[in-house]
Amino acid sequence: MSFGYFSRKVLAALATLAFVVCFNFFLFRVVESDPVASLFRGRNLTPAQRLELRQEFGLDGSKGEQFVRYLQQTAQLNLGRSYRSNQPVSSEIRERAWPTIALVGVSTLFSAIFGILIGIVAAWRRRTKADYGWTGFSMATYSMPDFWLGMLLLISFAVALGWFPVGGITDTGSDATGVAKLFDQAHHMFLPALTLTLAYLGEYALVMRSSLLDTMREDYLTLARAKGLRDVVVRNRHAVPNALLPVVTLIAINFGFVLSGAIAVETIFSWPGLGLLTYDALKGPDLPMLQGLFLVFSAAVIFFNLVADLLYGFLDPRVRTP
Amino acid sequence: MTAPLLSVRDLHVTYRSEAGPVPAVRGVSFDLHPGETLGLAGESGCGKSTIAGALLKVLPPGTEVTGEVLLDGEDVLQMKPGRLRAVRWTEMSIVFQGALHALNPVQRVGNQIEEAIETHRTTPAATARVAELLELVGLPARRAGDYPHQLSGGQRQRVLIALALACNPRVLIADEPTTALDVMVQAQVLELLERLQRELALSMIFITHDLSTLSYVCRRTAVMYAGRIVEEGPAEEVFAHPRHPYASALAAAFPLIGDHSHRMNPSGLPGDPPDPRAIPSGCPFHLRCAVVQPECPELDVELWPAGDGRRAACIHVLAGAAP
Ligand SMILES: Nc1ncnc2c1ncn2[C@@H]1O[C@H](COP(=O)(O)OP(=O)(O)OP(=O)(O)O)[C@@H](O)[C@H]1O
Ligand SMILES: [Mg+2]
Repeated sequence: MSFGYFSRKVLAALATLAFVVCFNFFLFRVVESDPVASLFRGRNLTPAQRLELRQEFGLDGSKGEQFVRYLQQTAQLNLGRSYRSNQPVSSEIRERAWPTIALVGVSTLFSAIFGILIGIVAAWRRRTKADYGWTGFSMATYSMPDFWLGMLLLISFAVALGWFPVGGITDTGSDATGVAKLFDQAHHMFLPALTLTLAYLGEYALVMRSSLLDTMREDYLTLARAKGLRDVVVRNRHAVPNALLPVVTLIAINFGFVLSGAIAVETIFSWPGLGLLTYDALKGPDLPMLQGLFLVFSAAVIFFNLVADLLYGFLDPRVRTP
Repeated sequence: MTAPLLSVRDLHVTYRSEAGPVPAVRGVSFDLHPGETLGLAGESGCGKSTIAGALLKVLPPGTEVTGEVLLDGEDVLQMKPGRLRAVRWTEMSIVFQGALHALNPVQRVGNQIEEAIETHRTTPAATARVAELLELVGLPARRAGDYPHQLSGGQRQRVLIALALACNPRVLIADEPTTALDVMVQAQVLELLERLQRELALSMIFITHDLSTLSYVCRRTAVMYAGRIVEEGPAEEVFAHPRHPYASALAAAFPLIGDHSHRMNPSGLPGDPPDPRAIPSGCPFHLRCAVVQPECPELDVELWPAGDGRRAACIHVLAGAAP
């Protein structure tokens, strides 16, 4: 990979991140001018108590001093303390990140695999029943709101049929370990993961289909056929890899968004990840927590955009080689 | 004269499109003898590439192809899929038009050549053969590791030629191999093709819109108009003394080898080439013809003998007078 392309993308990502960090500070000051006042509304605090609380939450001093302190702390990954739990925001986020990463990772994997396969079938058999069926299915799942789909699945498979638990990550009070624990978690993850998989699969299928249809018009496919290759070889070796380029990029970019986009699904299924954490913090509002989450979500989007760019450069020699 | 290696009989090709059927080739017949180069000339859209695609049966699915493409007496259009795949590239290969788009942009050119060799297992030492082929077309062997975008237009054209030669075909179809290149490179590629044709005793179909080039590389030439051959004969004769008014216009359009400035509109020729979906009645050229006769809009022209091995589809030929 040429150093120019690589370093340009990394620098751009870092610049965006720096902007988001600064923006984040001002955004949350605009929202709330005096958190202590609103947080302890109705309670009689002495001026001394007030000052103490302000210091505790890092709200003392001028805006300029606060900003400098905020930058220093953020650089040390210190995101302040949660108003709600009084725990460090960073450790709470770290703890809750794993369930989200597992859920989103599994869903992304399955939605990518099935979306791409559906797109290939639909494009390769275009204008057949298979195409109409799969394209219709993709459009339907693509246009369904994920919270609605999640509630539908929850009501039918957890509440009515009772095949799956209604929420959480493990059975309450369960002390299972090892494989049994893993199985229990998988059982809990099934419905939220299915919801997210269905919600994202349609988009991947539609993009893959149209990308492959474009590729199928290319002259190099005619040449590949003229060389005497079988149709499946032409498809698998020449058409699909080229058509995958935009889809792979889309998946990488989406991964960054899904991390934060799982709020609705995690809330519905009480999945103890970052989405549920956000939902709970919003009720407060727990400003330091929200500020920390906002930063993490932005950083995830920026990071996976970078991954998408680098992946593209890696997969497409036209970008990689001068 | 020996039996023809390739014999095309009454070839019709009709594309399917959203706007209805497109009859791009409407009854074309010609013979190609071993070791011979046949030129195929005509304006953009007259059906030259369509013929090339029909010979190897690589036109888009749904395209209707009728007639016969006899290779050593065996009809390519009737072959079973397995036989057809075996014939492709080993018996006939194509240097596709537009070298930039004919190569897969994300695969190294060497691998694309190797793939053809390995598909037909013509030689076990595929890598060595790739190097040999690249050197044959005047490229250093290390270029095998390059991607298409790393090569110049002329180099890509050479790669396409090397690729077409990979399995030692007997018939090479070169579809406008010099069109997109600048004049110097054109001359080099022409020389290369001519040398290869001689050294490898290839039979070649050379497609272009440039009659002057054909007079240089071919012994015989056919001029196409609106999906039909309208004149054929010895290349130099057709270029120097065309019998069909369309061939005259085409010859006048490229007085010099490599001058493509009038590609879309041969000089002195009014109007556009006809849309294959609305081909004029009678002689399809009559609307643009400078020497049109009252009967041309109705006359069903066909290729009539026009002296010493030549044929032309024009009423003036039938009347015995030069146009
Ligand atoms: N896939 C297709 N579907 C519908 N029509 C087509 C298709 N391919 C070609 N045509 C039409 O068939 C006609 C002949 O096309 P063809 O490519 O054979 O022309 P050509 O003589 O090679 O022209 P050029 O000099 O521009 O390469 C044109 O009118 C073209 O628009
Ligand atoms: Mg063409």
